[in-house]
Amino acid sequence: MTAELPPGLAIQKVDERIMTLNVGPQHPGSGHMRIIVQIDGDYIVACDPDPGYVHRGEEKMAEYRNYITNIPHLERPVIHDSCNALYPYVLGVEELLGIEVPERAKYVRVICSELNRCIYIMYWLAIYGIFLGHSTMFMWPAGDRELLIDLMEKISGARVTHAHFVPGGVRNDLPPNFEEVCLRQVNYFEKRIREYAAVFYDNPILISRTQDTGVLSREDAIRLGTTGSVLRASGVSYDLRQKEPYDVYEELDVHSPVMKEGDSYARSKIPWLDMLESCNIIKQALQKMPKSGSVRVKLKPNPKGKGLDSVYKRVESGRGSLGCHIVSDGKVEPYRLKLSVGSFRNLIALPYLLKGEKLGNMPSVYWSLNYWPVEADR
Amino acid sequence: MSSDTETKPAAKPAAKPAAKPAAKPAAKPAAKPAELPAFEKSISDKIVEKFGDKIEVEFVKENRVGIKVNRDDIHDVAEFIRDGLNYDHVESVSGVDYPQDKEIEVVYHIGSYSDSSLAKQLLVLATRAQREENPIPGKDATKLPTLRDIFYSVEFHEREVFEMFGVYFTGHPDNRRLLLPEDWADLPPLRKDFAIKGR
Repeated sequence: MTAELPPGLAIQKVDERIMTLNVGPQHPGSGHMRIIVQIDGDYIVACDPDPGYVHRGEEKMAEYRNYITNIPHLERPVIHDSCNALYPYVLGVEELLGIEVPERAKYVRVICSELNRCIYIMYWLAIYGIFLGHSTMFMWPAGDRELLIDLMEKISGARVTHAHFVPGGVRNDLPPNFEEVCLRQVNYFEKRIREYAAVFYDNPILISRTQDTGVLSREDAIRLGTTGSVLRASGVSYDLRQKEPYDVYEELDVHSPVMKEGDSYARSKIPWLDMLESCNIIKQALQKMPKSGSVRVKLKPNPKGKGLDSVYKRVESGRGSLGCHIVSDGKVEPYRLKLSVGSFRNLIALPYLLKGEKLGNMPSVYWSLNYWPVEADR
Repeated sequence: MSSDTETKPAAKPAAKPAAKPAAKPAAKPAAKPAELPAFEKSISDKIVEKFGDKIEVEFVKENRVGIKVNRDDIHDVAEFIRDGLNYDHVESVSGVDYPQDKEIEVVYHIGSYSDSSLAKQLLVLATRAQREENPIPGKDATKLPTLRDIFYSVEFHEREVFEMFGVYFTGHPDNRRLLLPEDWADLPPLRKDFAIKGR
């Protein structure tokens, strides 16, 4: 019977004891995706993630637009981490076109991408909080996020979709007095997020719900090819800002947080520690940044690659390594553009982690993967 | 594979040179071997030493080594990359469609977490599958051996390449669709002959 089905479809046997439950795609707890779980009583025996509800064909669209007009739509998969989403693409195009970026632009990029990382993590933390029933943790990050959004608005003019990075630098220079304002806001932001520990991370209810649930061992984290906070929560110290520094990360002191436990608690704490580290990086970058100078190399209209080439660039985004594989055939459009995103890579861990877990633990495990469905679907 | 290699030289001069982006940089390292980064060169040398002319070194540049293999050999080469060279996970699997060559290239970007000397490195392993003009995904000749038994992390990536390009991975335990709707009945959408309306 199975042989007659078109590929992609399968017939499943129905068990008397096992119940199949569709979580999503309308269920708010699943994000824009469906998680098909099979439960035996209260325990999950199998889980099959079904993404694709927000697949927008970014990769196909990119083949029809030139290197500059690709900028605004490529940040759409993660609008609240838009600088990091564009970063590997911009680095890749620069390598293809052979552009050297001015020093000040590199620092501006680092500041923007660290601000964006915090903005993304605050958004994620708000969702994580509300799905664990902690509504204070929804309100606080959603409010404090505004501090950094205001900064990004000052830099780029847009609150979330900045489209600020362009091949050759950044779109505009920083506004006057930005360093002062930024330092003040970031200092306050840092003081503010430290308070989260008392209300959330040291909260015995959160600890009891997340500790020792969904444990991912170090070996499995490596085998499954996870990335970002999921990988670092399992004791693998791998952060591209340290391992393969791009732009000026080499000159900055980056201490990426690592935890050994590999449970939901560790996975939820790493992004918070990441934010503290981001504040630290922003302050260093503000200090070391050249006070003046060009921030953008002027490109010719419709830039083309030098010929037949392929390039793979990756950066550390809020959700881990974000890679961009660009194949150029010397035309104004990329011949093929592939985004390898952290969310998609971490999704493979979900069936693995949920097996044997209680259904009630599903939100804490699922959201601890730092997963963003729109990015995974592209 | 022999049938592909025979058709390729005939097809290449007729097609625009622009059709084969990835293959060309091989000429560069050969022209100026002195400038090749040493560590990356040592990795590619190890693979060449093991497999000889079964593989082709596509490029050796900073932090990236590009290897091209026949689809019959990819399983052995991948196994050596994991066991002999300590690479342990796949970051990205991208398909690239070359209608002029009647081939679809599948590019694996393989990295390593456990070996700190390889942290910066990515091994770019490329292979090509035969391309059908009228694809029937899963039932035509567009097939490649899966690497899922070697690198577990390719599971979802290969599923994506299957639905987007119609490249069936033989031996993959789960070749269902991932992102596309179950009732998608058109061409695999990332093939070049699938056109966006209005463009």
